[in-house]
Amino acid sequence: MPFLTAGDPDLAMTARLVEELSKAGADLIEIGFPYSDPIADGPVIQASYTRALGNKLQIPAIFSTLKPVAQKIKTPLVAMVSYAIIFRIGTLEFVRQAADAGFAGLIVPDLPGDEADEFQQLVTRNNMDLIQLIAPTTPPARSSRILKNASGFVYCIAVSGTTGARAELAPQLADMLKTLRTQTKLPLAVGFGLSRPDQVEQLRGLADGAIVGSAIVKHLDELSGDSGNADVVIAKLVQYAGSIAAAAHSSR
Amino acid sequence: MSNTAVKMGASSNVPDALGRFGEFGRRFVPETLMHALEELTIEYASAKADPAFNQRLNELMQTFVGRPNPLYFAERLTDLCGGAQIYFKREDLNHTGAHKINNTMGQALLTLRMGKKRVIAETGAGQHGVATATACARFGLPCVVYMGEEDIRRQKLNVFIMRTMGAEVRPVTSGSRTLRDAINEAMRDWMSSVEDTHYILGSVVGPHPFPMIVRDFQSVIGRESRQQCLDKVGRLPDEVIACVGGGSNSAGMFYPFVDDAGVQLTGVEAGGRGDKPGEHASTLTYGTKGVLHGSYSYVLQDPDGQTMDVHSISAGLDYPGVGPEHSYWRDTGRVNYVSVRDHQALETVSLVARTEGILPALESSHAIAYAMDCARKRKPDDIIVVCLSGRGDKDVNEVARLTGQDL
Ligand SMILES: Cc1ncc(COP(=O)(O)O)c(C=O)c1O
Repeated sequence: MPFLTAGDPDLAMTARLVEELSKAGADLIEIGFPYSDPIADGPVIQASYTRALGNKLQIPAIFSTLKPVAQKIKTPLVAMVSYAIIFRIGTLEFVRQAADAGFAGLIVPDLPGDEADEFQQLVTRNNMDLIQLIAPTTPPARSSRILKNASGFVYCIAVSGTTGARAELAPQLADMLKTLRTQTKLPLAVGFGLSRPDQVEQLRGLADGAIVGSAIVKHLDELSGDSGNADVVIAKLVQYAGSIAAAAHSSR
Repeated sequence: MSNTAVKMGASSNVPDALGRFGEFGRRFVPETLMHALEELTIEYASAKADPAFNQRLNELMQTFVGRPNPLYFAERLTDLCGGAQIYFKREDLNHTGAHKINNTMGQALLTLRMGKKRVIAETGAGQHGVATATACARFGLPCVVYMGEEDIRRQKLNVFIMRTMGAEVRPVTSGSRTLRDAINEAMRDWMSSVEDTHYILGSVVGPHPFPMIVRDFQSVIGRESRQQCLDKVGRLPDEVIACVGGGSNSAGMFYPFVDDAGVQLTGVEAGGRGDKPGEHASTLTYGTKGVLHGSYSYVLQDPDGQTMDVHSISAGLDYPGVGPEHSYWRDTGRVNYVSVRDHQALETVSLVARTEGILPALESSHAIAYAMDCARKRKPDDIIVVCLSGRGDKDVNEVARLTGQDL
C-alpha cells in the first residue's frame, strides 16, 4: 500500500503514478495532502509537503486532478490529511469534495478517536471510512474504546515517533497487533517506519497490509532529480513499489 | 484596532474536562501523544491538590525566582504621558529576567513527580529556553531546547546562556525558522520520546492540558498584581495591559481579574510592519478559527488551512497562533485585543530606559507603548497596570542593529 504526496513533484505526475500503481496491483493508495505544519511527519514527508506547497499547490486542485483517475481504477484511494485543512475548508464541504472526487476513506492523523465522533458520522454518511489510528503508546483499554466506531481498516503505527524509515520497528508491535486482533474484525494495516521488504515480511500473519510512505516519497524525489523523463521515473517507481508489495503478498 | 466580538461574558471556570474554553482548545494531536496528555492531566490535578507540591513550588518561587516582585509606579513615564497613572508589574526582575520561569519551575516539578527523565522545550526569544535550561540545571534534568535559526541569530545571548546551563540547543531549519517551527520540532521529538520525556511547553498554547497548566503557573503574576494594587492604592486598577505572543504572560496577568467586571483587560499583539498578511503577527485581529499545534483557536492561515508566515521585530511575539483561552476571551468580549507596530515598540525601549531606568524586552515594549497611548486618553485618577514581562538585555544586539548603532 504505497503513499504519495499530492503535488510532488506535480499533480499531473501524482495522477499518473496513481493510475500506474493501481495497474501494478497496489491494494490501496494513500494520498498525502501537503500541510505547512505536519507534526506527525518526519523530514522526508515534510520536505515533500514543502516542495508541493512551494509550487502553490491548492487543495481543490488535488480533488479535481484525481477525480478522473479515481473513476478509472478499482484501487481505493485514501486521503491522509490534517484536521487543520479539513476544519478550515469546512468539515461538510471537505467531506463532500473528497467523496465526490472518489476517495474511499480519510486518515486524519491529528484527530484522535476522542475528538472524532461527530466527524466520523459525517464521513460515514458520505459513504467513506474514517480510518482510526492506534499507536504503540495506546493502552489496550483506549484502543478498545477507539475501535468501537471504527470502519474500513485500522491504521497501526509501527514506531513511537514520526513517519520516516527506521531500522527497527517498535518492540511491542507484535503484541500490539495480537491484542488488536482480539478487539476488532477490521483488517490491520501497519505504517510509519517501514521501508524494507524484510520488515514487511516480519508482519507475516500479524497484519493484513503494510503502508510504505517515506521510502517511496524519497525514491520518487531521487528519481525525479536523476531523470527529466516522466515515463522513466514512473516505470522505476512502480518497479520499486512492486518489490515491497511482493514481500507483502508473500506474507499473507 | 478593536475586534467585533459578541459579548456574552467569560467564565473563569474553564476549561472543562475536554479542555474546552468555550468552543476553543481541545486536543488535535497524533494518537501517539494522547496517552501522555491524559496522564499529564491526571498528574497535574493531583499535584494541584497536593499541599506539599504547592509548598515546594512557593518556596522555590521565593528563594530561587525572587517572588513576589514589585508593582512599581512609573512616575516619570506617567508625568510624560500626562494622564492615568502607569504601574509596571516587574516580571523582568525574576531570576532569568522574564515571566517564563514561573511556568518552567512548576513544570519541572511536575516532570520529577511523573518520574520522567528528560525535558524538551521550544523557544522563540530564548527566554523560555533559558528558563527551562535553568529549571533543569536546578533539578539535574537533561534538557534539549529547539530554536529556529532566525531566532538563534536574533537572540545570541540567550543561546549562550542556555548552553552554559548545560542545555543542548538544537537549531531548527525548517519553514520560517522561528517559534512556530521550533514547536513543530519539539512535538516531533516528543512523538518518539514521550515515554520518558516531558515537553515543557512555554506558552498557553498546544493541546489540553497545556493551556490550563501554563495559565495556572503564570497566574501568580495577576494574583500578586491584584493584591499589590489593593494594598498600595486601595482599589483595583481600571485597566490591565499585557503583550500577547502565545499568550502566557497576558493569560497569567488577566486570569485573576476575569471576574472583576470593572477592570478592563487589554492584550497587545505584534503589529509588525503593517496590516498585510505576512507583515504582522496579530492573530486575534486578523486570524480565523482553525487548528494549529494541537489546539483549536484563532490562527493566521490561508483559505486552505496552511499557516501563514508572520513577522514581528520581537522573536517572542512572532507566532501565527494564540492560546485558546484568548480566543475565548476575544469572542466573549472580556478582553480587548489591539496591536502595536515594530517601530513603536523599538522607540519605547529607549524611551522607557531613559525615563525610568528600566530596559524592557521588545515584547514587553509593545504593551508599554499601548499603555502610554491609553494613559494619555485617561483621567489622572485612573490606574493602569502593565505587565513588564521581561528585561531587554537579550535584545541589545538586535536593537543596536535596527537603530544603526555599533555594540
Ligand atoms: C519577555 C517576554 N515577553 C513576552 C513573551 C511572549 O510570550 P507569551 O505571550 O507567552 O507571554 C516572551 C516570549 O518569549 C518573552 O520573552
